[in-house]
This record gives sequence, C-alpha cells and structure tokens, in this order.
Amino acid sequence: MQKIATRDAYGKALLELGRRYENIVVLDADLSKSTKTELFAKEFPERFFQMGIAEQDMMATAAGLAFCGKVAFASTFAIFATGRAFEQIRNSICYPKVNVKVCATHAGITVGEDGGSHQSVEDIALMRSIPNMTVVVPADAVSTEKAVEAIYKHQGPVYLRLGRPGVPVIYDDKYQFEIGKATKLKDGSDAAVIATGIMVSLALDAAEMLREEGVSIQVWDMSTIKPLDVEAVKEAAKTGAIITAEEHSIIGGLGGAVAEAAAANSPCLMGFVGIEDTFGESGTPNELMEKYKLTPESIRDKVKEILAKKSSS
Amino acid sequence: MDDKKLEELKEIAKESRVWIIKSLAEAKSGHPGGSLSCIDILTYLYFHAMNVDPTNPDDPDRDRFVLSKGHCAPALYTVLALKGFFPKEELLKLRKLGSILQGHPDAVKVPGVDASTGSLGQGLSIANGMALAGKLDRKDYTVYTIIGDGETEEGQIWEAAMTAAHYQLGNLIAFLDYNHLQIDGRIEDVMGNGNFTNRFKAFGWHVIDIDGHDLQAIDEAVKAAKQEKDAPTMIIAHTVKGKGVKFMEHVADWHGKAPSYEQALEAIQLLGGTWEGK
Ligand SMILES: Cc1ncc(C[n+]2csc(CCOP(=O)(O)OP(=O)(O)O)c2C)c(N)n1
Ligand SMILES: [Mg+2]
Repeated sequence: MQKIATRDAYGKALLELGRRYENIVVLDADLSKSTKTELFAKEFPERFFQMGIAEQDMMATAAGLAFCGKVAFASTFAIFATGRAFEQIRNSICYPKVNVKVCATHAGITVGEDGGSHQSVEDIALMRSIPNMTVVVPADAVSTEKAVEAIYKHQGPVYLRLGRPGVPVIYDDKYQFEIGKATKLKDGSDAAVIATGIMVSLALDAAEMLREEGVSIQVWDMSTIKPLDVEAVKEAAKTGAIITAEEHSIIGGLGGAVAEAAAANSPCLMGFVGIEDTFGESGTPNELMEKYKLTPESIRDKVKEILAKKSSS
Repeated sequence: MDDKKLEELKEIAKESRVWIIKSLAEAKSGHPGGSLSCIDILTYLYFHAMNVDPTNPDDPDRDRFVLSKGHCAPALYTVLALKGFFPKEELLKLRKLGSILQGHPDAVKVPGVDASTGSLGQGLSIANGMALAGKLDRKDYTVYTIIGDGETEEGQIWEAAMTAAHYQLGNLIAFLDYNHLQIDGRIEDVMGNGNFTNRFKAFGWHVIDIDGHDLQAIDEAVKAAKQEKDAPTMIIAHTVKGKGVKFMEHVADWHGKAPSYEQALEAIQLLGGTWEGK
C-alpha cells in the first residue's frame, strides 16, 4: 500500500489552494521545511510570513491578519502550537472566532527519534476544550488534501492535526470530506471501532484479523473530533460496544469525546486504545507504535476484552 | 493642530475622564488608573488622527486600533461611545450581565473594537498582523496600539517587537503608556530597569519620547511617526497613572479598584464635571 505523510499532503494542498485563493496567508515558526509550508513560501513569498521561533507571536499575528480578512494558516509542530501558544489560540483566535487555521504537524509519538519533549499526546484534548474551535484529524493523504480545502471554506478557527511519517493511503479520489461527518469504512454487528488519524488504517487491519476469528466489527473514521458526529456514535453504539483508537492520550481526546457522546445519548460498553497517560520517548515510529500498543493487535485485543465483558454482563 | 482643535480635544478628554469614572462606579469593579493614563492618547487618536466612521465600523480601509492593555477597556469604550459607535448610556452597563461592554474589549460584541484583548502581551502581535495585511493589500491605513509598561514584562511583546521591525512596519504606531506602575507596585521594583527608549531602539524601532498628556506633543509625535515609512514607531508616553483625579494619581492601589459613588462624585468634581441625578 502506498504511504504518504499527511504533512506532505498538507504542503501540497496548501500550495494548490494558494493558487486559487488570493486571501490565503501562511505563517510558520522556523519549521517550514518540516511542516511543508515551504512549498507555499517558495511560490508566494509575499503571502508567507516567517515568524521565527516565536509561536505565541505567530498565533496572535495570524489573528491580526484574519481580523483584516485574510484566511491565515499557521503551522509549527503540534506540541509548540497547542502547548506554547495555547492561550494565544484561546484568547486571540478562538475568543473572537477569527479565521485562523492552526495546522500542526509532528503530532503524536510517530514524531519518533526526537523523543518525548516533541511528541504531543495531549493536543486534541487541549484544542477541543476551547469554545469555537473545530478539530480535524485526517487519516491519510487523500483526506488531508480534502480537509485542507474544507477548513479553508469553514468560517472560524480550526485545528488540523498532521503527522510526520508516511501512512497508508486508504481513500481514493472519490472520498468526500465534510467537517463533522464520520465515515463508516466497514459494517459489522459485534462491536464498533471508532478511530481517528493514523489509527484508522490500523483499525481496518484489526477488522480483518477479527473477521478471520469470526468477529464482525464496524470501522469508523472519526475525522472530525469537534464537532463530533453524534449520529455516528449512536449508530456505533447499537452494536453494544465501542472501542476508540487514537495516537493520543486516552485522556480527553477521541476516546473522551466519544464517551461523552455515548454516555449522553446511547450508553454502551467502551474500550480505549491510546497512549496510557504517559509521555513518549525516542525510537523509530514503528518501534514506538509497538511499545505504546498502537497496533492492529492491540485494537483486536481490546475489542475481544470488551466483547467478553459484554457477554458476561 | 490649531488652538481650536486643541481646546476641543481637551474638552473631550475631560468628558471622557468623567465617563470613565461614572462607568467604573456603576460597574463597581474595573481599572481606573491605567484608563486615566491613556485617555488623552485615545482622545487624540479617535477625534483627530484615525480615519474611522461609526456608521461603517467594518470599513476595510479604516485605521485600526488595538488596546493591548485590554484592562483599560473603559477608556476605549468611552471614546467609542462619544464618537458615536454606540449610545453613551451603554457605558453605565459596563461589566454587567448582558451588556456588550465586557470587562475586557470584545471585538465580536462591540462595534468599533478591532481586536479582543485582555490577556496582556498579545495585542502588539495582533496589531502587527493587521499592519502586515495592510502592506500586503497595499492599503494606506495605519494601525495604532497602546501597550502597558508592566505589560512589556511579557516575552511576547519582544517577539512582536522583533517582528514589527523585521517586517519594517512603517504603518504601525505604538504607544507605551509609561505610568511607572503595575498591580504590585512600581515597574522598577517589580521587574526590569525601564529604559524603554534604548530597548526599543535596540530592537530596531523608531522611538519618540513625549509627555503622554500633552495633546500637542502627541500630535507632533504621530506626525513624525507617519514620516517613518520603513520602521515601526514606539511613542514612549510619559504618563501619570490616575491622571486628572488627584487622589488616584501615582497610587498603585487605584490600578484595579472602582471608586464608590462618593469617591466618584469627588473625582468628577475634581475633573470639573457633574453627574446628574447622583
Ligand atoms: C497575561 C496576563 N497576566 C496578568 C494579567 C493581570 N493584570 C491585569 S492588569 C495588570 C498590570 C498591568 O500593568 P501595566 O501594563 O503597567 O498597565 P497599566 O499600568 O497601564 O494599567 C496585570 C498583571 C493579565 N491581564 N494578563
Ligand atoms: Mg503601568
């Protein structure tokens, strides 16, 4: 299967969008080579603002540009965007609901060798807690490209979560991305796996393993964490068991969001695959995904664990 | 600026001070000291310098203003109301449930407020963004901002200072309200050595020192700033916190405490105004 990093898809899509829309401006904090905004910067130097290593200034400057009618895409690593500049995103961007798209790359542990200081495991939780913020986590390159256009057209702040390494392309060009809409990739009756980001393709692999064991599961791509597709959660809950899967802390991210929606609308047994309230460390992305149990096997095992609870209750 | 204009602005500044006191007394909380120290600058900006139209507050060609020291919202609200962006009566609902006049400036709710501020240190960056947009769109509007002297303790101010100079934002004119006080006391005792002139010069700014209550001096400084096309200008406005109300002047305690009705009446009397019905 072809692998492309979502950050690469972002860089390409941003350039393409820049050619079509004059009002797009892009800001970066000395990471444009890594976030791939350099593609846009090279073709549109006038509309690209190098902000230096100053993420707080970058976010509030983006707000100022947006106050004057620009659609500002601000990029850096997820940890610095959502951690260092959290309050600028909250007060200068989300509070006045201006058109700033915080497009952060190098999210999660697949940052790899740079280690725990650079691996954001809490960015989804931080961003989804802010009023007016929309949170999008694409699963592959195709959905990233479509999401970039959709968030440009959306009025208001958006957090787009992107990754460093290549990930399998699961969609073809017919895929339609819509903010707030989950995609059901596989139907099934015993349980539902709701995944986001790079865990979606692993969930599909888990479904295949489980099918061989005679277990039928639904697989959902929850590409928008906020606003959450509550109808999708309700439908998933009809199986009686929901397992979420994310490359993020099990606290406050996709799992938390789905649990909130399920508890309020259609309570069912749930299991959570994610990073277990711990920091990451150095290693290759693959080694880390194994060590932190973000694999098809761990999804499969979690499904079986929850199904066992389901049958004993 | 001719004498007639000067007298007119002085009169508006006086009236503004009275409204600041009234609104704070009604609100029973808020920030008089820093509002009174920057009101002469605000009066000058909104009644002489800035191209703004209360009937068209979103005009893309208008001059912009960012109150980086957002806690001094009563000063901004007052000039906006006197200018006609909303009725003056609204000033008496400051900080009250349901009012458009939030404790700190809210660009969504208040016509004429160009940016939401209140968390110190962010407004200069926002102003930079507006100035960058102006240059990009080849518009000739000017972006004005006021930052606090205590506010410069925020690192982001210096990030933004670098950005403004790097991008040669000649369309940005900033004021530093140098009233020597912040919440916990004198600037010099809390943090740093003052010396803002040298610091901003070292960051590549065009710097002008003035008496921030002298409207004629403010006018000359802004005119000089407009001559500078390739660098942002920082006007270090030497001010008195609480200016105009003797018992509030130079007193750190009047930073964030509203006057009682009795104190408000005394203050208004000192300002040479009246408060009908009180
Ligand atoms: C980020 C942030 N930290 C703390 C505060 C609380 N605060 C409000 S006003 C103030 C002092 C401001 O002093 P200065 O900038 O000198 O303002 P002025 O004297 O003009 O009132 C502080 C610490 C705040 N609003 N924002
Ligand atoms: Mg001060």
